[in-house]
Amino acid sequence: MSFFEAKSLTKKFGGLTAVNDLSFSVEKGEIFGIIGPNGSGKTTVFNLISRFFPVTSGEIWFQDKRIDALPAHEICKIGIGRTFQVVKPLRRMTVQENVMAGAFLRTGSITNARHRAEEIINFCNMDNYKLREAKGLPIPLRKRLEIARALATEPQLLLLDETCAGLNPKESEAAIELIRRIRDAGITIIIIEHIMKVMMGISDRILAINFGKEIALGKPQEVANHPEVIKAYLGDAYA
Amino acid sequence: MLNKKMLMTIAFALIAVALPLVIKAPYQQHILILVLIWATMGTAWNLLSGYAGQVSFGHAAFFGVGAYSAGLLTLHLGLSPWWGLILGPVMAMLVALPIGAIAFRLRGPYFALATLALGEIFRLVFLNTTNFTNGAKGILIMPAITSKVFYYYVGLGMLAVTVLVVYLIVHSKVGFYLVSIREDQDAATSLGIPTSLYKNLALLPSAFFTGLAGAFYMNYVAFIEPNIVFNLTNISIMVILVVMLGGVATTWGPTIGAALYIIMGELFRTTLGPANVLVFGVIVCLIIMFLPNGIAGELDILKRITQRKKAGLSGGV
Repeated sequence: MSFFEAKSLTKKFGGLTAVNDLSFSVEKGEIFGIIGPNGSGKTTVFNLISRFFPVTSGEIWFQDKRIDALPAHEICKIGIGRTFQVVKPLRRMTVQENVMAGAFLRTGSITNARHRAEEIINFCNMDNYKLREAKGLPIPLRKRLEIARALATEPQLLLLDETCAGLNPKESEAAIELIRRIRDAGITIIIIEHIMKVMMGISDRILAINFGKEIALGKPQEVANHPEVIKAYLGDAYA
Repeated sequence: MLNKKMLMTIAFALIAVALPLVIKAPYQQHILILVLIWATMGTAWNLLSGYAGQVSFGHAAFFGVGAYSAGLLTLHLGLSPWWGLILGPVMAMLVALPIGAIAFRLRGPYFALATLALGEIFRLVFLNTTNFTNGAKGILIMPAITSKVFYYYVGLGMLAVTVLVVYLIVHSKVGFYLVSIREDQDAATSLGIPTSLYKNLALLPSAFFTGLAGAFYMNYVAFIEPNIVFNLTNISIMVILVVMLGGVATTWGPTIGAALYIIMGELFRTTLGPANVLVFGVIVCLIIMFLPNGIAGELDILKRITQRKKAGLSGGV
């Protein structure tokens, strides 16, 4: 069985079907991209995996364990970390304290948590900001802090939600470099991204969805040239 | 740095211990005891509402239950009200369990409103179950000890234990988790924090020490009735003002706030006559406007900035 697998995932909000019979699997060590136009259900998929929303039907499997009935806080414990598209920094805590809050999942000791946080802050190149309160950070650093905090929980699978959105090309370049290093450290990544260029560059495989349904799945180049994807992004005339 | 902090604490503790040797007038000693009661309550409220961010407008429920536990022991069983110091906090915790189960389903202002309603429900229940509680007639006990100095030291011990326990909780993993929940509950969940469990871990000690303050109040003042100990403005709201004045989510803020609040209140009452509440209100408004983090809170911020400058790291708040 795959490292991570979603089977016939469906989520209905009243009459609206946000995710519709979606199945995909992710292999260990992969960077798996999910793309789709606005409102196609990408973030909903993340919210289903991280159990912020209950699934309407379908199954989610992680390392041979079914996880779609676990409480939301357990998801992190079994090794799935996430970031938020709309960043959620712990505003009045310093960068170091934010990361420590993540590190406490695996340790009860303040000294260990601080030590672990130092390592991760260093890994994410945020040393200069470690004593800054999170509320004073600009967006690129807040996005980076989201990642650092999630990394501190020592995930095996990391869900990245639009890490490059709102960043300028140079900042986005730095973010991509960080994502690659995270993968090289042995962490599997599922990433949602809007910007095709970013996705093409880093993903091993891409799943394209629209209206909550799969429209293409495969290598980046295949997905980018898929007529359904072109139609979803650019309209019928270009397909 | 740590040593300096400890030396300061020891110095203040010594001053607190020596205070009744210097201040001998019973009225002034009475004020000091009130300060201790309010500082204890403020410290307890601060754990739940300051650190964990679950703002309670109903702490009178715990205070009143603590006070009534002591009073009812004497009224019905003829026991010494001092047993209330054990029963009161335990009862307050028992009451807190269902309150937590109900109110923690709600977030932010809805939680605050729920606690406000719960506090009022307790007042009305105690007012109307006259057979059991004496209703509005209240409970009057004959205190065996009348020496104010004695009550001062008991109160001081109570405050010391409260501050210590809250300090230890806040400076542990639990404290980090509580602050994380305050700052963003969804982010906290995504970090694997079981938020309901940790909110209860803040609520129970908070109720415990508020109940303890209530039981001590019964012993010291020797008269209670529901409209006093379950009072919305004079207990539930006042504890909030005390902590805001001194500094929300700081170790000594509630104690500083209690001292200022009680002493200012008494000073104005005796010197300004009928205008005292008005002047007092204006001053509280000014402090909240210009020192929004409270006295201890503003000092903390200054300290943080200098610390960062010393470390040579980038500035800004």
